Amino acid sequence: MTEPQIKPDAPAIEVNDLHKSFGDHEVLKGIDFHVGNGEVVCVIGPSGSGKSTLLRCVNLLEVPTSGQILVEGVEITDPDIDVDKIRSRIGMVFQSFNLFPHLSVMGNLTIAQQRVKKRSKSEAVEVARKNLEKVGIPEKEDAYPAHLSGGQQQRVAIARALSMDPDMMLFDECTSALDPELVGDVLAVMKNLANEGMTMMVVTHEMGFAREVGDKLVFMDDGSILEEGVPSQVLSDPQHERTQSFLSKVL
Amino acid sequence: MALSPRRRARLSRGIQYAVLLVLVVLVVGLADLGQLQEDFLDVEIIKMMFPDVIVTALKNTVLYTACGFTFGLVLGMVLALMRLSPVGPYRWLATGFIEFFRGLPALVVFIALNTGVPIAFPGYEIPGGLLGVATLALGLVGGAYMAETIRAGIQAVPKGQIEAARSLGMPQTRAMRSIVIPQAFRIILPPLTNELILLTKDSSLVYLLGYTLASVELASFGREILNQEKNFTPLVVISLCYLLITVPLSIAVRRLEARSERAR
Repeated sequence: MTEPQIKPDAPAIEVNDLHKSFGDHEVLKGIDFHVGNGEVVCVIGPSGSGKSTLLRCVNLLEVPTSGQILVEGVEITDPDIDVDKIRSRIGMVFQSFNLFPHLSVMGNLTIAQQRVKKRSKSEAVEVARKNLEKVGIPEKEDAYPAHLSGGQQQRVAIARALSMDPDMMLFDECTSALDPELVGDVLAVMKNLANEGMTMMVVTHEMGFAREVGDKLVFMDDGSILEEGVPSQVLSDPQHERTQSFLSKVL
Repeated sequence: MALSPRRRARLSRGIQYAVLLVLVVLVVGLADLGQLQEDFLDVEIIKMMFPDVIVTALKNTVLYTACGFTFGLVLGMVLALMRLSPVGPYRWLATGFIEFFRGLPALVVFIALNTGVPIAFPGYEIPGGLLGVATLALGLVGGAYMAETIRAGIQAVPKGQIEAARSLGMPQTRAMRSIVIPQAFRIILPPLTNELILLTKDSSLVYLLGYTLASVELASFGREILNQEKNFTPLVVISLCYLLITVPLSIAVRRLEARSERAR
């Protein structure tokens, strides 16, 4: 296994001719895609378009069938690479939160810091508190996930990912499972992150967020990227017929 | 006369109580209580059984069960992980082992270990003497059952849990140890308790290995005195001793469950 050599000037994420099949079903049909450092890229598209699969390929939760993915200049599709090292630099937030139900909020935030980053308990707690503060729920550190609302759980999940000091964050439809009145809290946290300069890849249905916060908007359909560009332009003046019909339904 | 549903329910409940009362009265009235006491609750025999029934027999039953269960749990864990392994031969081996030892009566396992092993491997002895053989036999049988329970528990933990752990950079084994297995054990706490209680009773088979005054467990101890006194009192005493193990165990587990329920 080789220690990944990070190239600081390389783009955060670079995807070249990525294909992914589940059995006979080809979900990604040759994707070329990139996210620059400090950029917020939003990926939209109908369900089944492959946008979540693309996001999950970036930290190898799905293993690509062919093609190349580089994260900070390191080819993660290389079978000799230490995937765990790469993953600890990429924060991921899931649609279904996936907090660890047997651990308190503090446990959720410290376990990987201690086990993976080998931080001391007190250091991990300090980092965790800082991040709970950041997502706006410092008072919940002793609570268990089941006792939190969906919006709080998702903010804990964001704080958990941030506690690993990632270089970039992936968001997989992270507001889709929330009650409408709780979506705003989570989006506000994400907006703050973007303003701090975090590199973000966001698979979302929140067009308002994409327009306001995104540097780039990517529209995917049927395993391909059909259109990409500045969010306000793509949203108000879509060029591709499929983009037009999708946006007319969701906006 | 038409009764309202609620009145009918009350009447039905009243009848159920009446039937119960009649049964109790019949049993108490018809049974020869004097004879019953003489045969099942002979105070002299009870006095004679103490303190050995507690300090030796009960202690040994707990010891055999605890050792067998611990070994079985470790074995079951290994087998469960083998069953879930991506390597085919491990899966086949584990499946074969589980099917074999689950299907075999515990009695046969005890006899096979006790007499079969010395014949098959002359000069070789299972380490630990009687306790070693008892641990091995109980563990083999219990482990085969527990393997399937543990496997089901691991599979009941949502896939998102391991994905979240891996996305934080935890290696597969660490994610299993810190995230999946603790949750799996919460899920399987009730069936695992069942297994422990079954094993407590299976520990009576240790008599097949022979016993001495020091190594006797509850069932053999009771049978010994039963034969000696031609009286059923020892059976009542050892039954109460078994309950003395299993009932507090059930209560403890129920408390534990309630506690982890609060954290869910």
